[in-house]
Amino acid sequence: MTKISVKVCVGTTCFVMGGSDLMELKDIIPARYKDKVELSGIPCLELCSKQGEFSQAPYVTVDDEIITQATVDKVLTAIDNKLGEQ
Amino acid sequence: MKNAGQAIHIKKEVLVRIIKAFLSDNFEEQARLIPFAIRPKGMEVPYRCCIYKERAIIKDRTIAGLGFQIEEDDETVSLSTYAKKALERKEIDDKNLTVLQAACKGCLTNRIYVTDLCQGCIARPCQTACKFGAITVINGKSIIDEEKCKKCQMCVKVCPYNAIVKITVPCEDSCPVGAIKKDETGFASIDYSKCINCGRCIASCPFGAVHEKSQIIDILKAIKSDKKVIAMIAPSIAGQFPGNIYQLKTAIIQAGFDDVYEVAQGADITATNEAKEFSERMKEVQAKNNEWIDAWVNEGGYAESEQEEKADEKQEEEKKTFMTTSCCAGYNQLVKKHLQDIKPYVSDTKTPLYYTAEIVKKEHPEAVTVFVSPCVAKRAEGFDNENVDYVMNYEELGALFVAKKIEIMSCDETKYVTESSKQARCFGYSGGVADSVKSALRDEKSVKPFVINGLNKESIRQLKQFAAKNECEDGCNLIEVMCCEGGCIGGNASLNNQKTAKKLIDTLASNSEDIPKI
Ligand code: FES
Repeated sequence: MTKISVKVCVGTTCFVMGGSDLMELKDIIPARYKDKVELSGIPCLELCSKQGEFSQAPYVTVDDEIITQATVDKVLTAIDNKLGEQ
Repeated sequence: MKNAGQAIHIKKEVLVRIIKAFLSDNFEEQARLIPFAIRPKGMEVPYRCCIYKERAIIKDRTIAGLGFQIEEDDETVSLSTYAKKALERKEIDDKNLTVLQAACKGCLTNRIYVTDLCQGCIARPCQTACKFGAITVINGKSIIDEEKCKKCQMCVKVCPYNAIVKITVPCEDSCPVGAIKKDETGFASIDYSKCINCGRCIASCPFGAVHEKSQIIDILKAIKSDKKVIAMIAPSIAGQFPGNIYQLKTAIIQAGFDDVYEVAQGADITATNEAKEFSERMKEVQAKNNEWIDAWVNEGGYAESEQEEKADEKQEEEKKTFMTTSCCAGYNQLVKKHLQDIKPYVSDTKTPLYYTAEIVKKEHPEAVTVFVSPCVAKRAEGFDNENVDYVMNYEELGALFVAKKIEIMSCDETKYVTESSKQARCFGYSGGVADSVKSALRDEKSVKPFVINGLNKESIRQLKQFAAKNECEDGCNLIEVMCCEGGCIGGNASLNNQKTAKKLIDTLASNSEDIPKI
């Protein structure tokens, strides 16, 4: 089974647009999914730079799925769905 | 007090777009287009009845962002005109909050309401419980007479079906001083003579209807001019952005400011002065007590003459057994508008912003000063202080970073000319101010702090009581008052959750020197 890769944007745009709460994922994900999920923080996922795209920040990616206006719940649901598919 | 969710997201989006419009080569036109950029043709309507209403509401939010009172808009003036007026504006006014009344519609007025769950039971505990005779049963259902109802909620408590509910208006409920009310027309409005600018209503409204009136355009104008513009950042900012405060300084300079001062620098002066004032005040109390004991011993415990007694009583009145801090702008407004009785107990020491702005203006008399703040109350303080030209909050600074695409984490570090102490850097969270006063004193044990962590109806009552009795609880002698729960890190414009914010501040503090003792 391949690990699911979750990348949380910790860039300024994502942080300002509401990403600060996503830092909770650092505690939640390892506890909940053990080694099934690999979590990393990326300084800027480069998704915010296109015209107007800042408005969809904060961003998180779960494998190749992009989660816009990400919240802890949205991310966890996306992971659960991915695990269900596997 | 961070207001999460969509309401705040859209407020920030509007701010970013206003800044981008200002930075573009056609501000007026770009400002006009903001509602269309956020809700373009064909977009699914996320919240309201139709896209036109959504745009109308975004227009209102933009009006606040451009620095105007939404209530005064008559809907005929276009955003491009507002943008133009903002460019021409020379002065700002002292109304810091504005209500987007069109968003108030979704909210019912405050009352007690009997729902359909009412079974029309025979016992009718609601009727018996109501001391005001406000409940009658008509057609097998309890009905509340609004005129008689005092909203005591006794009926709510006794109904076995949980059929009676209290409908609350979140802004009204959250306001500690009853300054915001939904009137007969169903719109909320603010009574500025009562408002202490605590920002609770901003955070509590689920429709995001209460806006801070932004000065961002005025600040951008100053940056664009050839004037020197200096940012003064509040201590709580250390927990509000990615990166450390040295990288933040670089980022703020990249955003267009000429220099950055830590307001913690002023907090060091506040703490030192407050410590001096505290020990003087307490010495007086001590002296008074000793005098009394001396007199008592010398006179063998005989009663004093009536005249002497009177004179003594008068003096007694002047000796206050406790002192309160004075750095919180919301608290200072509360004292001024609602709690005159506690005034003699409030320290005469000035706020960290006061001392910082004084230093900056002395060093750079020609500069425009901008205080970067976590809360709306500091706008009021800034307005009253001639050394503070403008105030911007963390959301607005954040929006400026977003609009200019500044990545704080990749900025180099820039040092501050004056490094602040560990204690001053902790001014932004509950307990930090009292702790700094204590640390500045040689005899730390002489301070017995009492912390008011957030002003609400209950803590205001408590303060009133302390003033009336000239006595604090448990023999405490230093009351630290912070208007927001958690302190400034709980300010209405904070970007981070309190736990992480506090951790970040503590990290910075642990690498800072202790405050010198007086
Ligand atoms: S800051 Fe998150 S994608 Fe750029």
